[in-house]
Amino acid sequence: MYGDDFVEVKCRIISRGTGRGHVMISDEPISFLGGVDPETGRVSDPKHPLHGRSMKGRVLVIPGGRGSTVGSYVIFQMAKNETAPAAIICLNAEPIIATGAIMAGIPMVDRPEEDIMEVLHESMEVEVDAEKGIIRFS
Amino acid sequence: MYLSRTEERMYDGEFGETIQKSMEILVALGDIYGAEGMVDISSAQISGVSYKTIGDAGLEYLEDLSSRGARVKVTSTLNPAGLDLERWREMGFSEEFAERQIRIVDAYSSMDVMNTCTCTPYLIGNVPLRGSHIAWSESSAVSYANSVLGARTNREGGPGALAAAICGKTPEYGYHLDENRAATLVVDVECELSGSDYGALGHITGKMVGEGVPYFRFISKPEPDDLKTLGAAMASSGAVALYHVEGLTPEYMDADASGADDHVSIDAGDIAGARESLSTSTDEPDLVCLGCPHCSLGEIRRIASFLRNNEPGVEFWVCTSAAIKSAADRMGYTETIEAAGGMLVSDTCMVVAPVEELGYGVLGVDSAKAANYIPGMCGLEAVYDDWMNLLSRP
Repeated sequence: MYGDDFVEVKCRIISRGTGRGHVMISDEPISFLGGVDPETGRVSDPKHPLHGRSMKGRVLVIPGGRGSTVGSYVIFQMAKNETAPAAIICLNAEPIIATGAIMAGIPMVDRPEEDIMEVLHESMEVEVDAEKGIIRFS
Repeated sequence: MYLSRTEERMYDGEFGETIQKSMEILVALGDIYGAEGMVDISSAQISGVSYKTIGDAGLEYLEDLSSRGARVKVTSTLNPAGLDLERWREMGFSEEFAERQIRIVDAYSSMDVMNTCTCTPYLIGNVPLRGSHIAWSESSAVSYANSVLGARTNREGGPGALAAAICGKTPEYGYHLDENRAATLVVDVECELSGSDYGALGHITGKMVGEGVPYFRFISKPEPDDLKTLGAAMASSGAVALYHVEGLTPEYMDADASGADDHVSIDAGDIAGARESLSTSTDEPDLVCLGCPHCSLGEIRRIASFLRNNEPGVEFWVCTSAAIKSAADRMGYTETIEAAGGMLVSDTCMVVAPVEELGYGVLGVDSAKAANYIPGMCGLEAVYDDWMNLLSRP
């Protein structure tokens, strides 16, 4: 899909699988409990920069999570409702999102070897290969 | 992290999907916290039970896991639910809440998680031995197991503890390792303490030490029930998972108090100040709630014998497990409590039940943990005092 000139960045595998989608990026951590509506996949926390936008089918790029451990269940519920992101990339995974991604079967990686907050931009298309621990984009 | 051959096979799905998923959760947690490998556990305590806290998201996950045939491998007990499973109707809980709460408990039961519905599993038979590795996820029980029993657990989240129970393993980091069990703060308590003073002390210490390991030197000699109160308070105002008491708890001699970074003294004025700060209201409580953590049979005995000579002018709940309640029934304590206008409530408590829907405004509590959580989780006011004072108000 990317021709010969795609870029690969190595990451650590958190939740296995592969996913592809357009980037949705923020340098603010997200609390899934109370911060995301599992019915629509939209960020419902009015203070969050991504407020009002839907994660559905996107590659979510965030530093990590915060808030209650119930957030893991919310991520699972999003997958059941088909409102979940296609993949998640964190700078440093924390237990709430990591556990939720595995429960929900959402591919997830962390600790990318490049500064992805600089390299990745909204609406770029990215493939997350959480079988090999690589993200690819052109 | 390193996985044994069997653990590899669990991770690769040879033992089925639910074990594979659970193992993936444990490996991810181990990687996040820098564990070198896994350790076998002998028991689990699983939080994430009240419908009030986990909601439809949790219910869906647990029913899904149960329908896939997940089963726990080790003795696993369950945290309190959002209502008394026997008497919710007479207590005024809604049908809708009850129906979902019962489905959550049933999903756990079908996975062989014992529906004990208590935060004090160590009072009813889930009693890990000193040095044994466990995966517990109720912060007050974690504190008791690590500190008073000398077992080893981190403060697990609900899904992590369930994954550990299904695999019989947990990643070995944090409080599973000797080097993280040493004292970081010595606390000299310069006054005699009794009753709710222990909660006040825990409240102060937890704020000071955060995730550290306090080492107490007491003048008074705390009872197990006092340590239950103290640990619960420190786990809620801070994130204390382990403490030591000189001359009393099993690992105090290994705690290396002389190597602690800090040293503080607590006097009667500090305790009095903390007791005052734990009340958010000076109004009279309209419901007194005792049993956070859940009452022991000894505590219920003391309450019942007080009530034989005193008539409280306030509604009150005494919260405990169904197991302890059945012993209290046989001893006649339940009858005494209920004759005095109280209720011996099992399976739930003032923190995880939707008490805000039952029409109360100010709760009287003798637990610093409850006083910490009630304003935020229930939106109600809290009055903090000794139980005897709370039940003696006009």
